[in-house]
Amino acid sequence: MSDLNLDKLPGGFKGMSEDIGSDQTTFKGVNWGKAMMWIFLLSDTFVFSCFLVAYMKVRASVVEPWPYPSEVFALEMMGVPVPLLLIAIMTFVLITSSGTMALAVKYGYEKNRKMCGWFVLLTAIGGLTFVGMQAFEWSKLIFHDGVRPWGNPFGAEQFGAFFFMITGFHGTHVSIGVIFLFIFARKVFRGDFDTGRRGYFTTMKSDYVAIEILGLYWHFVDLVWVFIFAFFYLW
Amino acid sequence: MAEAKKEQTSTHKIGIYLWIWGLLFVLSFFSYMVDWYNFQGLLRWSLILFFMFLKAGLIMAFFMHLFWERYALVNVLLWPMTAIACFVGLMVAEGKYTVFSRLFYFFVGGA
Repeated sequence: MSDLNLDKLPGGFKGMSEDIGSDQTTFKGVNWGKAMMWIFLLSDTFVFSCFLVAYMKVRASVVEPWPYPSEVFALEMMGVPVPLLLIAIMTFVLITSSGTMALAVKYGYEKNRKMCGWFVLLTAIGGLTFVGMQAFEWSKLIFHDGVRPWGNPFGAEQFGAFFFMITGFHGTHVSIGVIFLFIFARKVFRGDFDTGRRGYFTTMKSDYVAIEILGLYWHFVDLVWVFIFAFFYLW
Repeated sequence: MAEAKKEQTSTHKIGIYLWIWGLLFVLSFFSYMVDWYNFQGLLRWSLILFFMFLKAGLIMAFFMHLFWERYALVNVLLWPMTAIACFVGLMVAEGKYTVFSRLFYFFVGGA
């Protein structure tokens, strides 16, 4: 793979059939870690899809009215309930952190250590803000409104179970991402990816491609939120 | 390798990321407006889906770099999604049947 020139290979579906039929590596020019991250994200897509499809099926088949999310997730601002205010802010925070991650990947490609590190750190702080706001949202629903996995005061009992399951699983992904973002911000600032310092769990040399792999994970978390926002909060 | 990599990086100008970033903000704002103006029924659902798929597509194509990847990777990732679409279709039919039988047996009586 070392002396592979991607520009000389045919593109499109012809390129695809030649790549697969080449009796060599299929994903040409793709780092193995990146390919593995994509495969993991694909399987994660299926997990989240199962949750969302189960939610859709249950919501479509309950006979009691489903709690109206616009009112359940409203927040009082100066005495006026604003629908989905916190959720909207959370969405914007997550998109912002996705943007900073994209810039971190770009600066990683350019081997710009400082800018890459700052943007990874900024992304981590954005993710932390998101998790914090989600904790606030959960505590409001649990302690103030009395939403439980087995019942709630707004309508169909299944609402709580799906809410905690889906947003909880997504929040777990964000939290894990934040931990890794902080670890990698430290690695970038220390210059691991410039000197090729070997990692703690591996004898392989560090490389800026790790930032792109981390970026894929982080964008995926944002991607899942797009679907949760649409199906759970807006629908 | 180094030369090929250099060419690759020069194609991703910072402008494209900022553009996509701005577009995502605008689209999120629009989808929030769907709720703000309290659109209902088919209009609400189609607008939600439209903005959702547009946002998802932008993130995958540009932030996750799928637009620049070779087809071998892109197709491996995107085709399994059709299985999910089939699953969704099946579960819509199943949900309709469940709610029909619930309404029928709970409120009309089966015997």
